[in-house]
Amino acid sequence: MDDVFKALADASRRALLDRLHARNGQTLTELCDGLAMTRQAVTKHLAILEAANLVATIRHGREKLHYLNPVPIHEIGERWIRKFERGKLAALSELKRQLERRDE
Amino acid sequence: MSKPEFVYVTYIETTPEKLWQALTDSAFARQYWFGGEFQTDWKVGSPFALAKDGTPSDIGTVLEFDPPRRLSYTFQHVLTTDFRNERPSKVVFMLEQHGRLVKLILTHEDFAGAPRLLDAVSKGWPAIMSSLKSLLETGAALAIPTSALGIEGV
Repeated sequence: MDDVFKALADASRRALLDRLHARNGQTLTELCDGLAMTRQAVTKHLAILEAANLVATIRHGREKLHYLNPVPIHEIGERWIRKFERGKLAALSELKRQLERRDE
Repeated sequence: MSKPEFVYVTYIETTPEKLWQALTDSAFARQYWFGGEFQTDWKVGSPFALAKDGTPSDIGTVLEFDPPRRLSYTFQHVLTTDFRNERPSKVVFMLEQHGRLVKLILTHEDFAGAPRLLDAVSKGWPAIMSSLKSLLETGAALAIPTSALGIEGV
């Protein structure tokens, strides 16, 4: 679990997760595209994310594809968010989302 | 061949044989898969169903059964008309032993004809996989109510 928090404690790595959340299953080249980071830096960040199991990779033909893996984040949620609170939290985050969207 | 839409990975402190049993035996599925039971003989080509209280919620066909390494079936939600009209997608479970841990890789693909299922699946699998991990490691699954997942129309 330390690995997950360390991996998330970096804006560049969170940005990479956001990109995978927007479009799952990207190659390294696709992930680097349009980012103000060197390929080496992205590779290093991806290795940290993969070690924390936040990113899963599979071989697809000749390509290595990267996927956002939400399972460890779910496990963190299960540890501290009691199940009877879930419904309320879901409702609150939906309310927040709706209100923020209205402001846009 | 299209690329999988989802890849989920979890590391479970267990053996491939125990994990395989959990993936194929209703006594386990009831605990981690929202009370679901498997209705299948697990022969390649046989029908597969996940049922709750005798009513199938998801149906498919067994594609691969290679214990304790690789399990695959087609998957189609059938409880509501919206989902029933979609085409079946494909689920693959891969088990790899790494010392005391088993890496469980789940891919779910072929959603071309199943946009509604795509949304439901992305919310369901992380819950099912962490519940399965908890069951095998601690002996108790997580009691996650289906309503907590926020899936519309299920």
